[in-house]
Amino acid sequence: MDKYRILPHTADGKFQAYGATLEEAFGNAALAMSSFMWDWSKVEPRVRHFVHVRGIDREQLLVKFLGETIYLFETKQFLLAKVDGLRIRPEFEGYSLEALLGGDTLSDRYELFGDVKAVTYNELKIEECGGFTVQVVVDM
Amino acid sequence: MELRKISDNVWEIPKQGDMRVPAVIYSSARLLDDIRRDMTLTQARNVACLPGIERMSYVMPDAHQGYGFPIGGVAAFDLDSGIISPGGVGYDINCGVRLLKTDYTETDVAGKRKELLAEIFKEVPAGVGKGGVTKLSRSILKEILVKGAEWAVENGYGRKEDLERTEEYGRMKDAAVDAISDRAMERGLPQLGTLGSGNHFLEIQKVHEVYDEVAARVFGIRAAGQVLVMIHCGSRGFGHQVATDYIEVMENAFGVKGLPDRELVHAPFKSPQGQQYYRSMCAAVNYAFANRQMIAHWVRDVFARVLGSSKGMDQVYDVCHNVAKVETHEAGGRSRRLVVHRKGATRSFGPGRPEIPECYRSVGQPVIIPGSMGTASFILAGTKEAEDLSFSSTAHGAGRVMSRHEAVRRFRGERIRDDLARKGIELKATNWKGVAEEAAEAYKDVDEVVRVSHEVGLGRLVAKVVPIGVMKG
Repeated sequence: MDKYRILPHTADGKFQAYGATLEEAFGNAALAMSSFMWDWSKVEPRVRHFVHVRGIDREQLLVKFLGETIYLFETKQFLLAKVDGLRIRPEFEGYSLEALLGGDTLSDRYELFGDVKAVTYNELKIEECGGFTVQVVVDM
Repeated sequence: MELRKISDNVWEIPKQGDMRVPAVIYSSARLLDDIRRDMTLTQARNVACLPGIERMSYVMPDAHQGYGFPIGGVAAFDLDSGIISPGGVGYDINCGVRLLKTDYTETDVAGKRKELLAEIFKEVPAGVGKGGVTKLSRSILKEILVKGAEWAVENGYGRKEDLERTEEYGRMKDAAVDAISDRAMERGLPQLGTLGSGNHFLEIQKVHEVYDEVAARVFGIRAAGQVLVMIHCGSRGFGHQVATDYIEVMENAFGVKGLPDRELVHAPFKSPQGQQYYRSMCAAVNYAFANRQMIAHWVRDVFARVLGSSKGMDQVYDVCHNVAKVETHEAGGRSRRLVVHRKGATRSFGPGRPEIPECYRSVGQPVIIPGSMGTASFILAGTKEAEDLSFSSTAHGAGRVMSRHEAVRRFRGERIRDDLARKGIELKATNWKGVAEEAAEAYKDVDEVVRVSHEVGLGRLVAKVVPIGVMKG
C-alpha cells in the first residue's frame, strides 16, 4: 500500500496518509507533508530530534505533531527523512504522542521546492476502516 | 443552497437555519461560476452563524475557499457580544502589499531592467527556508513587534514619510508581546526582512493606463509608462505560529463541539483568550509592516545604485490583506465600534475617513490589488459607499482557481519564464516549481475582479499597472 497520496486542492496542499495503525498513518502524514517541501527519500538520516506533543483529541494531536516538523525546519533547518518509534497514548484528557524524527540539516545537496507554513483543520479527517486513513490540508 | 440575485453583481444567501444575518456576495455571473465550485458559499453561511455578527457576512469578488472563513470574506462583530476568530484573519497575518512610485519612466530603465532585477534579487532574501541578513536578538524582536514599521524607520530602513502612507501608520497600537509563544518568537527571529515564497513576489511595474487622473495625481501616479515597485509579502512563520497557537488556545478553552468547521474556532472578543489573540495578532501585523519597510528600503538602495537616485521613490501606500481591526461603522442605525475581520480583503476607506492620512482624505485611500505573478495589478481608491456595502472593504487579488499540484502538472517554470520574456517581462525566481505553481492560468481574471469592485462601488478604479520585472520567492 502507498504511504500517502497527494490530492488536488485549490489554494494549498492536501494529502491522505495511510497506515495499518494510527501511529503508522501519523508517521506517513509527516512524510507526505515533507514531500511538499523536499524529497524525503533522498535525505540522509544523520540528525535526530525527539518530539513529544499532547492534544485534546486525535485531530489536535495530529495538527501539533505535523506542526513540529514545520517548526524544526524553520528554526533548525531540519529536513525530515523518517519517523521512528511513534507512540500514541491516551491520557486523562486527550492523547500524547512521542516520536523520534530522523533527517538531516539543510545544505546545498538538498533541493527545496515548496513551503508549508501551517497545518490546518480544514477537511481534516481521521478514519478507521481496516487500517487508518488521515487527511490533512496544509497552508502553503 | 438558496442564492438570490439582487442585481448583476450582487447575490444574497437569505437568512436560514442558524444564520444570524444573511450573506452577501459581490460577484459577476462569471466569477460566481468559480465561487460556486468550491466551499466559499458554505463558508460564508457558516460565518453568518457566529455570535455577535453585524449586518451581513460579506464575500468579495475574488473569493475562494479558505479555512473557516472564505478567502475574500469580511465580517464585523459587536465588541461586547461578538467574537474574534483566527480563522477570520488567516494564517499569514498582515499578508499585504506595499507600492512605491518612482520618477523614472519605462524608457529611463529600459537598458537597466535586467541589472535592477538581478540586484534586487541579491539584496532581498527570498525563497523557501531562506533566512534574513539581519541577526536579531529577542529583545529587539519584541521591540519590532510593538513598534512595527516605526522601528524599521528609526533604524535606518526607509523614510519617516513612509509611515504616514502605511495602514495604521505602520504600527498597530494594541500590540502586546506577553502572550506570544517562544515558538512564534523562534520562527520570527530568522525571517525578518525576507520575502518568503508561495504567492509572494516583488515586481518592477509600469503604469499601463490611468482611469481616474485626479485620484492618480494625488497618489503620485502621473501617466502611462511611469515605473513603480510592488512588494507582496506578510508576517512569515511568525504570523502562522500566532494563528496556530491561538486556534489551539481557543479550542482548549472553549471546545470544538457545535462548530461547523474547526477553523471557525473563536473567543468572545473581550475574553482573556480573545484579547490575547487580538494583541498578539497586532504584533504579527507589526512584524509584517517592519518586514515590508525593510524590503522597500533595500529596493530604494538598488535603484539609487543602479540608476543614480531613489529620490522620487515615495511610498504610495501599504495595505493589509489579512487582519482584524476595531473600527467605527454604522450598524443597527447608529455609529459603533466593531471588530472587522478582513481575510483576503483590502480596507477601502473613502474620502473624509479620519484614519487615512490627510494627503489622501480628498479622494479616499489607495487600494492596491495585485494580480497573479506576471499579470496586471490595479490601484483603486476607497469609497464612501463601501462603508455601507462591505464595512469599507474590497477584493485583494485574483484568487486561485487551480491547485498548485495541478499547476505543476500542467506548466513548466522555465517555459513561463520564456513566455514572460517574450512579453517583455523579466523573471527571476528561487525555484521553477514555485513559478509553475503561480502560473497566471491558476488564477481568476483580476480584470473582472476589479471591474465588479468598481461597478458595485467597493473601490473605484484609478490605474492599471503591468510588470516589467518579476522576482518570485
